Amino acid sequence: MSIIVRNITKRFGDFVAVDDVSLEVESGALTALLGPSGSGKSTLLRIIAGLETPDAGEVLLSGKDATALAPQKRNVGFVFQHYAAFKHMTVRDNIAFGLRVRRRPRAEIRERVEELLHLVQLQGFGDRYPAQLSGGQRQRMGLARALAPEPEVLLLDEPFGALDARVRAELREWLRRLHDVVHVTTVFVTHDQEEAMEISDTIAVINHGAIEQVGAPRELYDAPATEFVMRFVGDANLVGGALVWSDDLELLDEPLEGGVEAMIVRVTVLGRDVKVELHDVDGAEIVAVIGRRRFDELGFWRGQTVWVRARRERVFASS
Amino acid sequence: MSRFGLRFVALGYLTVILVGPLVMVFWRTFEDGFAPAWDALSTPETIHAFKLTFIITAIAVPVNTVFGIVCAIAIVRRQFWGKSLLNAFIDLPLALSPVVVGLSLFLLYGREGWFGSWLSDHGIDVLFALPAMVIATIFVSLPFVAREVVPTLREVGDEQEQAARTLGAGGWQTFWRITLPSIRWAVVYGVILTTARCLGEYGAVAVVSGRIQGETETATLRVQERYESFDPAGAYAISIVLAVAAILVLVGMTLIRPREEHAA
Repeated sequence: MSIIVRNITKRFGDFVAVDDVSLEVESGALTALLGPSGSGKSTLLRIIAGLETPDAGEVLLSGKDATALAPQKRNVGFVFQHYAAFKHMTVRDNIAFGLRVRRRPRAEIRERVEELLHLVQLQGFGDRYPAQLSGGQRQRMGLARALAPEPEVLLLDEPFGALDARVRAELREWLRRLHDVVHVTTVFVTHDQEEAMEISDTIAVINHGAIEQVGAPRELYDAPATEFVMRFVGDANLVGGALVWSDDLELLDEPLEGGVEAMIVRVTVLGRDVKVELHDVDGAEIVAVIGRRRFDELGFWRGQTVWVRARRERVFASS
Repeated sequence: MSRFGLRFVALGYLTVILVGPLVMVFWRTFEDGFAPAWDALSTPETIHAFKLTFIITAIAVPVNTVFGIVCAIAIVRRQFWGKSLLNAFIDLPLALSPVVVGLSLFLLYGREGWFGSWLSDHGIDVLFALPAMVIATIFVSLPFVAREVVPTLREVGDEQEQAARTLGAGGWQTFWRITLPSIRWAVVYGVILTTARCLGEYGAVAVVSGRIQGETETATLRVQERYESFDPAGAYAISIVLAVAAILVLVGMTLIRPREEHAA
């Protein structure tokens, strides 16, 4: 099912959380709303779910105007950052909730709940209470609960935000695989560009309540529309007045044509890559990421003066 | 050392103020054995007084429970004009002397009162009858459920309710399946306090009841009446029943408290 958002505006007092946003979400795709905290991405998601009412604009679900529709009538599944588990219910009852309020037959509910417990790998946890689960397990339960009534749209609000890095990486991969099986139109909110890049088909970058760019992950990387997008989706530096990706920088220990002179102030080994922090002659900071092999070949050392040159650079009208 | 000092002060204070008088009441009641106490309790007037207290409590507690839950939800979950006023007014019965409550009911329902003449024209007796006693009791025991539920409702937050809505639950379904279960211990605790307050109410009811023996005399009024009629044994016996009821309430509370903490 497609989601169309048209000219949505939402204010909280004087603060404009969402500012005249329009967006089309492709049916069956996994779309990320990516932006820093306070950018309005969660508010937009909550408006799509019906949990917030927009001040202006409309939301169309499957082509039908849903702007005034109550959340319980939109047939959306919603996953909360802090799980919103029903604490007084077992995992099984949590998952069955959406089916029970729809008064589905008992046998059907039982069958569907077992199927979902299996899908989210919580077999054997059905009789536990949320308090007896780890964060990752709770969020998988939240996902199963949202999927149980077979929603036409799945909305996830920073679903992995409250989890530690390792569990987050695991669940992220797992969500991608799940989406390949379930194929429900999915929108998820995140402030983590790596997360957005890794699992989504399309990313909408949001800043100050407005959409900066919508595109596939590699489009954002190859052709960032604004300086904000470039800085947000990757590590970008200002070198000689132009924006450059950290891994688009060349370093050499002798003068390079069109290069900038800088001193190495810090070296961090990141597995196969090395992060080199430098200060140019004006003291401005530059961060370069180069391959470990290349780094070892050149034998750089801290305090050394080197020349930095961009392989590709961009100048934005706004900057 | 200071911890022992604090403990000593706290326990000593409780003994002098609370436990001492209670022990005295027990001792005086059963001074001459159980028979006199039993005789005093089994007079028709005393039985009627207990019945009346029970009836008033049985009406006031459910009414205040529903009102308390509705108010708490309105205060915590809704935005409306006059909300802070409502929040402040709920506490009024705690601050106001019950005698004042009784007198204000006189002003409303008395023969010269706002509603009084209309009601008496239609043959409805409010003052010196059950309705006024129930209204007075509801008034004085009003804040307890709301005051217990409000902080719990705040602490629980509204995310679970939002989740229920997105899963297809309507307003009533969300209330019965999500909101009420998550505040249930606060409600139970509030009901216990309300019940205790209703059983013990004296001042407001004393003003509006007319204290007619065997008709509008509640258990607490009966205690006073027996005492004034030079029947201390009867007064003590009724007091004992009220005290035992209060102790049962306390025990009920301590049984619930740990469960409440466990659930949180």
